[in-house]
Formats: sequence, structure tokens, C-alpha cells
Amino acid sequence: MSQKSVLIIGGGIAGIQSAIDLANMGNRVYLVEKKPSIGGRMAQLDKTFPTNDCSMCILAPKMIECANHENITLLTYSEMADIQGEEGRFKARIIKKARFVEQDKCVGCGECAEKCPTKVTDEFNMGLGQRKAIYKYFPQAVPSTYVIDPEHCRLFNGKKCGVCQKTCKAKAVNYEQKDQEIVLDVGAVIMATGFDLYDVSPLTEYGWGKIPNVLTAMQLERMICASGPTRGHLKRPSDGKEPKTLAFIQCVGSRDVRHRRYCSAVCCMHATKEAILAHEHYPHLSSTIFFMDMRAVGKGFQDYIQRANSEYAVEYIRARPGRITENEENGNPVIQYEDTTTRELKSREFDLVILSQALRPSESNAAVAQQIGVTLDEFGFVAPSEDLLNPFATSRGGIFACGFCQSPMDVPDSVVRASAAAAKVAETLAACS
Amino acid sequence: MSDPVKVGVFVCHCGTNIGGIVNVPEVVEYAKTLPCVEWAEGNLYTCSEDGLSSIRNRIKELHLNRVVVASCTPRTHETLFRKNCERAGLNKYLFEFVNLREHCSWVHMEKPAEATLKAKDLVRMGVAKVSLLQPREDLATDVLRSAMVLGGGVTGLSAALSLANQGYRVDIVEKEEELGGLLRFVNKVFPTHRPSSVLLNPLIESVLEHQNIDVHLGTELTEVKGFVGNFKATIKENDESRELNVGTIIVAVGAQSHKPTGAFGYGRFENVMTQLDFERLGTDQHADINHVVMINCVGARNEERSYCGRFCCIVALKNAILLKEANPRAQVTIVQRDVMAVGKLYEDYYRRALEMGVKFVRYDRARPPHVVGTDREAENVRVFHVLMGKEIELRADLVLLTTPLVPAEDNQTLSQMMKIPLGTDGFFLEAHQKLRPVEFPADGIFVAGCARYPAEIPDCIGQGLAAAAKAAIPMARGQVVSDAFVSEVEPSLCSACGRCIEVCPFGAVNWAEVRTSSGGKKNVARINPAECKGCGLCTASCLSGAIRLPGFTDEQIFAMIGNQS
Repeated sequence: MSQKSVLIIGGGIAGIQSAIDLANMGNRVYLVEKKPSIGGRMAQLDKTFPTNDCSMCILAPKMIECANHENITLLTYSEMADIQGEEGRFKARIIKKARFVEQDKCVGCGECAEKCPTKVTDEFNMGLGQRKAIYKYFPQAVPSTYVIDPEHCRLFNGKKCGVCQKTCKAKAVNYEQKDQEIVLDVGAVIMATGFDLYDVSPLTEYGWGKIPNVLTAMQLERMICASGPTRGHLKRPSDGKEPKTLAFIQCVGSRDVRHRRYCSAVCCMHATKEAILAHEHYPHLSSTIFFMDMRAVGKGFQDYIQRANSEYAVEYIRARPGRITENEENGNPVIQYEDTTTRELKSREFDLVILSQALRPSESNAAVAQQIGVTLDEFGFVAPSEDLLNPFATSRGGIFACGFCQSPMDVPDSVVRASAAAAKVAETLAACS
Repeated sequence: MSDPVKVGVFVCHCGTNIGGIVNVPEVVEYAKTLPCVEWAEGNLYTCSEDGLSSIRNRIKELHLNRVVVASCTPRTHETLFRKNCERAGLNKYLFEFVNLREHCSWVHMEKPAEATLKAKDLVRMGVAKVSLLQPREDLATDVLRSAMVLGGGVTGLSAALSLANQGYRVDIVEKEEELGGLLRFVNKVFPTHRPSSVLLNPLIESVLEHQNIDVHLGTELTEVKGFVGNFKATIKENDESRELNVGTIIVAVGAQSHKPTGAFGYGRFENVMTQLDFERLGTDQHADINHVVMINCVGARNEERSYCGRFCCIVALKNAILLKEANPRAQVTIVQRDVMAVGKLYEDYYRRALEMGVKFVRYDRARPPHVVGTDREAENVRVFHVLMGKEIELRADLVLLTTPLVPAEDNQTLSQMMKIPLGTDGFFLEAHQKLRPVEFPADGIFVAGCARYPAEIPDCIGQGLAAAAKAAIPMARGQVVSDAFVSEVEPSLCSACGRCIEVCPFGAVNWAEVRTSSGGKKNVARINPAECKGCGLCTASCLSGAIRLPGFTDEQIFAMIGNQS
């Protein structure tokens, strides 16, 4: 039956969509995700442009569909080891990491985390909040199984504890659980490893990490989200005050030969969306977006920009700010820039500054690509297909790619390409059978 | 006739999620007092194997014929509980979900006493409704393993070839006499600069050679009837009408290049043309052109047409680079508002044009450029240079207007014929912009490529393949299973006002002729259960009370809201 099985690497929206399409066609699908839950970056978004749909509200049904689908096996908290064989006859090895919580017993009630004494910086909330050493990746996680982070758990660091095991009424906590190797026979593979955020700390001119009221766009996203660390309230990190003026700086690390030459594709719309959401939360708040080109090319995007400008107090200034300093009296970041329409050097103070940081291929992409034998380009994206008629092919036959691991793209483009890769897999499986 | 109703109520603590706020034992005791309730119990986790087996055992032991679970959300758990009822031999539609977590404990954490009262109310409503539910069966319809692809451009060809390779029969219906669509007129593809024929010819050949594909050229679609699984499409080929029976349809009719007659001297000056006009001339004479000005966003991002053409900037970059390659001394200037070089490859492409000496001048929408010249020849382009803050004049032997793709002329006709929606921009409107980009609300019909919105070639191919994947799903399964809760019309009550037909987003309601009691004939609304999604819009819009939606009947809803405790 190996011909009708598919392995999908990456459980973000692209991997999820490929999985559902292929499973609905009747194929067996294994969906591998390195994080404790599927959902990917879209799970971190509050709302989505240009419709302002709540991201989780449209994503969660898809995640649940994956979990409940009779043809889909979820392998979360799992990593690729290697892939042997060839198109139609691959043997894939996967390491399912120990969660120390048994998936068939945990009902996700959360009492363990409530009692756990160890607090850890929460990466899902972009470092703005804290989670426990036993945790659920995010409230709507699929599977809802908790996981122990052995790096921070007291017990795994030689200290006395065991509180979670004592608390768990479902008797799901198992400190003895071991990593497990899984070998799968599959006919084709889809790589949908998505993106990570480019580290903006080397861009010292913008002061991220030094000036408290300078945040990244993804940090703001978590802050403005009702399920985020501040329950949707905007608070300045320096003093907890509610900001009245926001500034967004576009292309931070993107379109920059010192960092990432390419355009990250989503940030113009992302910043506009955040500015709209912030204004919706606080009708007196206004935003200024400093941009180079306003790259709003998708369906409905231009109208969205117009609306932001006319109805949501969003001002657009074509300028590339040179430096951010801090007003030490009030903690306000001060942006220095040249207004290209008036050709004047200006300096303007804001309550909070948001950096639209560049997006990059997943940090683990290089390792995954090497394990599965796929060639990447200089940036770490999957190298473009040589076949003009099949933009989803990789350097290895039978392994396809879709979504952000190919090139920066937004959700609809990722979803389209995920379904397209599914079609190519279906063709491959039909030819092999 | 039927057995007496015996309801079992299972109230979940969900750990402390519900049990920590709502007094579950009190709710259980209350449930036992409700009419028809034969059994009520609390579970720590109703969804755990303990909880599920308890439901099954009670169904068998006590001959329960209705089940209420009061726990979390149907979104995640309804399928599980329905299947569990089925395992115990109970029709799965005799189950009712009550949400005590999202609808009660989570939103009333501060007020446990009131939350418990509300939980009782919710359970009482669930019991009232479940008592009136009747067993239902899923409705399955067979699906033909064949598809019709409308449009033989790169999108339609990609879709058709993929479906054919997957083993399905495909009919391509193309109104032109030739396959290839707009791509036939494109000189080279960016950013590789391979001739478009390198891409298009093998694609056309593969399609023509494929045993699973029939191509109908010079053919018009005149009528589409039926629904997912069994569409009947009438086509007019060589003046002859014939019918195609297909399971699914892909709309890939493409778009057309905007011709800005009257603007920027287009139609007046011979050396003013659109980028596509220029590409159709061929690439032989580029070496003789010394001064070229391109004006971007012509007919785009303005009052009349608010959208961005998505890839027109890249077309301008391509032709600028090709002109510079043919004649490195040529002055090529792109007059633009923003350079939309989105994504990984195009920023490098933009940089390449800059490095080759292509000049970029930004203009403001409020101060557009002017093309000036003699009688029939443009000579200069005057533009207010935003960065310099003054008007400049650019010499022009050739002026290229960069125009967006605009919707195909037939879109309106097609939209009405197939009941598929158009957006305000005139392009076809997908079911959901974010997550259902190649689907329509109605099942079995899909949209791809420039019919939906301007798309560059890899996106056309991608959307064509995506639509092929979506179309393959019902064909691979061979059946579509509709929801059991679909609306029904009582013909004797229908006044034939047609409101339901208007409001149905899925095209599931149609006219049907029935015989009246007096022996005459009349038209009434008829709902096709295979197309109905049970949304209830028709039910709510019916002034005659002729439409009922099982699972949400007036009787059930009155029972839920009446009889207050």
C-alpha cells in the first residue's frame, strides 16, 4: 500500500491543506510537525487581511478536520530523520519525541499546568508572556495533549517535584516516556516547512531589544490577540501604558542587501492590518506606516489600504527611517527619517514602534533539506523548480514543495500551492500504481 | 407508533473547565426531573473512553433512544459523540450537543451560581429539542469521473492535464480556435526569459496527445444544468449542440488585457502601445529603439479600477531588461507609483533592471504623466518627478503603457448561467478569500487563474492544479454525502414567490412543475438535497411557512425557548 501513502513535512496551513486534500482523495497521509501542535504561524495571528477574519476561527476547523480525519495520522512533536528510496517507494524515518504525557490518556484539562511551579518564557507569545514547564502549545492546540519541556522541568533537572503526575486525574503523565522512531512507507512527500522570523537585533539602528517600546510585528500580533499575553490589550513594555500613536517601519531586514535582499511579501498588508486592528481596539489611536513601496498586490488589497487610510487613521509615509532613539523622559521611541515628498529630514516621536521584520525560511530547513535530499537556494528556500510546468517540484523526484518554504507568500497563495502540490502528488501516485 | 422517548443526559466536568464553575451534580439532578429523561449522569471527561463507554452501556441497558451530551463544542466533539451513539445502535442524528463550556463556564467564571442556573436552562433546552428529533439518513449521490474545463489557456490546460494524469476524463471547452490563451502573445516569461512557447508548446502537446482529454475548440457553452457529480453542460461546437455529462467543472476562462483607448495618446500616437501590443510585435527590432518610456498603473489603482494588476510591474521590468539587452545604450525609463516586485525572485529582477541602467521615476496619482507629440507620433513624456519635486521631460521614441488584466467579457453571462458569483471588480468571487481560493460556494464548481484575479504564470499553473485537486476529491470518492439536515418544501403551501431561489447561496433551490389538486399545473420551489447545506436562509425567508429545516423546525425551537423553568 506504500504507493497510496504520502508524507507531509510541516503542519502549518500549507501542510494542513495538502493533507486534507490528499486524505479526501482517499490517500493515507502522515503529517509531521516539529512543534507540539499543528497550526503553524497562522495560529499565532489574531486576524487575517484583507477580510479581518479571526485567524483561529478559520484555522481551527481545518486543524480539527486533520485530527478527526480517518486517513490522516498526525505526528506532532516529531522530526525527520531521513528518507531513503525513490518516488513511489520511499522509506521515511521520523523521530517522535517524548512528550512525557501520554497522548491517548491526556484530555487536555490543564490542571497539571495550573499546579506546575516552573514558569518559562513563552515562545508562542513571542517572549511576551510565560507558560509552565508542562504546557499546551496554545489554547486551541491540536492535539490538545500537554507536553513537558525537560529543559526547564524541575524533575528533569534533578530537583524534587512530580506535581503534574500527582495532579493528573487521567494518569497521563509518564516521566519514563522515550523518543520513538517511526518508519513509514510512502509514495510521495510534500515539504511545507514554512517560515521563521528574521532576527532583527543586528539592525542596531532600530534599537530592538534595547529600546523597550520597540517591538516586532509578530510581538504586536500576539499582544493584540484576545488569547495573547495581554488578552488583547495594547500595553507599552516600558510602563504598561496604553499607546496612542503607533509607527510601523517596513522592510526591516527585507529588501536590504546587508540582510535579506528579497521582499518578504506579506509585511505591507500585515502592518496595515495591525494598524487597523489597533484602531478598532482604541478608536483614538492612530498609526503611521513608513514604507518603500506599498506592495498590496492581492485581491482586495488596494481597497484595504484605502480603507485603512480613510477610515482607520492610518497614515502612509514613503521613507526609510535611518535611526530610532529613545526619549529618556517618557520612553518614547523617536524616528529619524527623510520625508521623500518634501525632501526634509525629520524626527518624530511615537508611543510604540513596530518593526516589520523580514521573514526567512524555517531555521530547521537546512537540516530537513539535507536529511531528505532536497536542494535549497542561497537563502535557504527550496531551490526553484527547473520544470516551468511544475513549480512544485524539488531537486528530488517524488518530493514536492509548497508554501513559504518556496518563497515568501501569504495565506491564500500558500493554500493554493498546497492544493497544487496535492494534485502533483495525486498524479505521481496514479502513475506509480 | 413510535417508542416512547427515553433521553439520556451526560454532563461533563471537563476537569475543572466546567466542573470548577458550574455545579455539575446539581445540573445532573435537575436533568433527572425533566420530561422524558430516563437517565442523567456526570462524567469527569465525557469524551474519554470511560465516558464514551458509559454512554454506550446506558443506551443498551436502558434502551435510551435520545442522547444529550452537555460538554464543550460540537466543532471538535460532535462527530465523536455521534459515532459513539451509532456504535451503540442509535441513529446518530438522535443526539444533541449542549455547550456548557464556551457558552457558559468560560464566559461566566466570576458567577458560578448564575452559571449553574444557565447550565440548567441550556440542558433543559437540549432535552426539549432532542425529544423532537427524528432519525435521519445521510444522502449519498454518485459522482461521474469526468470534468469539464472551461478555457484552454495555461490555467485550464494545467488543470486538465493534471486531472487526466490522475485518471479522469476531461473535456476542454475553448471559445477560440486555438489553445494557449493570452500566453500565446507573450514574448518571454520572467525571470528566466525563456520564450513562452518553451512552456506552452509542450503543455499543448501533452494535452492533445492525452487519451483522457477531448478538446473542443471554437466552442461555446450554452447551458449548464445539474449539480456536483452529474452536471449536464450543453455546448455548441461547429454549429452543433451536444451535451457533456461531467462530475465537476473548472472555470478557467482567463481575462483580457486592458486597452486604455484615449488615455496617454493610446489610439492617437502610433508609437504608444500597451506592453502586450509591444510583445505581439516580436523581439526583432528592439536594437533600433533608443528612448523608451513606460507608464505603469494605466487603468489600475484608480477611481474606475481600484485593484493592482499584480504582475504588470514585472512585465514592465521584463520588457525594460529585454530592450536594454538588445540595445545597451537605450534610455529606458519606467514611470511608476510603486514597484510591486513581491517575493523572492522579483526584487533581484528589479535590481537587475536598475543595474542595467533602467531609470525609475515615481509619479503621484494626483499628477499623472502627459504624453506629448506631433500628429501621429509621441515625442516626449512629461511627468512630475516626486523625488525631485519638479516636472521633467523624457524623450520617447516608444511609449509603453503598462495595463492590468481586466475581466473577460463573458463573465456576466457565465455567472448567471452557472449561478457562480462575481465580485464588484468583475472577476469571479471565490468561496473564501483566505482558505477557499479556488472554490465556489456551490459544490463541484471551481475557479482558477485570471478568471479569479490577475495571476502570473506560476500562479496560473498553481491555481489550475489546485482546482484539479479540489475537483478530484469528489471524483476519487465516487460519491458525495450530503448533510442529513437539509431543507424541505411542502409543495401545497408554496406560493411560488421565488424568494428562496433568490436567497440560496448554493443554487440548491429551483422551480419544479407539480400537478395541483384541480388537475392543473403550477410551479413550486424544489430543494435539491444534494446541493443544500442546511443553512436555513430559505426557511427563514419563506413567507408561506412552506419550507422546514429538520433539526431546526419551528416546533423544536419553540419547545426550546418555551416552558421556562
